[in-house]
Amino acid sequence: MTPSSDSGAWRKAWAVFVKDITSEFRTRYALSAVLLFAVTALAVVSFSVSPYSLEPDAQSAFLWTVLFFSAMTGLARSFVREEESRTVLALRLSAAPDDVYLGKLMFNAALQGAVALVVVPLFLVLMDITPVAPGVLAASAALGTLALAASSTIVAAIVSKAKSKGALFAVLAFPISVPGLASAVRSTTVALRGAGGAGTAVAVGVAGAAARTTGVAVARSASAMAAARGDLLALTAYSVLMIAASLLLFDFVWNE
Amino acid sequence: MRHLAESAVAKWALGIWMVLVITGAFFYAPAAAVLGEMSRIIYFHIPSAWVSVLAFLMCTVYSVAYLRRRREMFDAAASFAAELGLLFCIIATVSGSIFAKSAWGSYWNWDPRETSIFVLLLIYGAYFALRSSVDDPARRGSLSAVYGVLAFITVPLLVFVVPRLPAVQSLHPDGPIISSGGSLDMDSKMFTVFMASLAGFTGIYAWAFNLRLRAWRIINEED
Repeated sequence: MTPSSDSGAWRKAWAVFVKDITSEFRTRYALSAVLLFAVTALAVVSFSVSPYSLEPDAQSAFLWTVLFFSAMTGLARSFVREEESRTVLALRLSAAPDDVYLGKLMFNAALQGAVALVVVPLFLVLMDITPVAPGVLAASAALGTLALAASSTIVAAIVSKAKSKGALFAVLAFPISVPGLASAVRSTTVALRGAGGAGTAVAVGVAGAAARTTGVAVARSASAMAAARGDLLALTAYSVLMIAASLLLFDFVWNE
Repeated sequence: MRHLAESAVAKWALGIWMVLVITGAFFYAPAAAVLGEMSRIIYFHIPSAWVSVLAFLMCTVYSVAYLRRRREMFDAAASFAAELGLLFCIIATVSGSIFAKSAWGSYWNWDPRETSIFVLLLIYGAYFALRSSVDDPARRGSLSAVYGVLAFITVPLLVFVVPRLPAVQSLHPDGPIISSGGSLDMDSKMFTVFMASLAGFTGIYAWAFNLRLRAWRIINEED
């Protein structure tokens, strides 16, 4: 821990983030591997369920399954790469643990965000879904991405010091990510279906078809936002909790 | 020597206490109105679940102690607490599953409590998977301690918050331990046996934990 000022700490964390982005753009290992994995998983899901029309809660569960396992293939790289290329020592000497953690967190969030940016629209297209509340969907995807990055960055740091890194990462990250994932799945369901149960969604849909005005769509979107508000708040709180805990604990992993 | 005599007395007292609890659970406490004889599961299932969470708390306490003091004993104690927690977690899961079959018709139906205990099982499993994949004792100690603390932060969310959410439907009755209103709708006889069982299970945990730790000390400190 360095007694540096706030702006200084952020500058260093930003430097770690930029370093990771630069080295990622040189190899494009993580991004290409993760994106290909995500698209493959999405194709498998879409192909195997294409004969059926799914309920919104099943669709949202599939979407988050794809996003979770994409995260599991890519996010461990952030620390494993440092171990493999033997740059850990240099990084440890040149930056304080908090800065390293925040930089890696930003990198993981950016990587997972890029994956979500490709996967979510592709998912909507392949599964032929028109979300009732696109704003809620975007908010769930963004906050869920942050939550996944928050819970898996510290686990990536732990795993990089252990043997059998790949298999261990998903095993360790899943139980910790469950509260965040559960909230993300629920709020995504609301975004796809609208507020209330399946029955009201049909009723609202009929009313919307009859009225055909943008006012109704706005009202539906607003009521979905109200219904998903608790889950989105829970997601935010969970991310903050995980990041705060990781900042406290990261020192012990990093200097091990 | 005096220490040994004391522990022998405590051991026998615990044995007699548990005999009384088991007898009381079947013969002293009345059966509940709706569930009938099946309700007697609460004297064994809930205390096991309680011990599995308590053991997890102890694992976290010892993990924090290890991270602060770096003494090998704390790491060993954390892993013993996790071992016992895993055992009681399995007991709670299996007994609850059998109860679910006879009360709700299927062994497993992803009720929120079932989900949370399943995740607790996964956490224990992940904890031991992590321990077995690190060779260096000091590194194993700090990595598993960090993971234990991290997982402990998510357990309250799963055990106490998620099953309480109004949006989540649960088959579980409002438990006497984590009832939202704090009211107990139990017969006084049932309540006595239940509390005695909680104390007894906690005692069994403390006894088994102590036994493991003493064995560890003999192997590691007196050679």
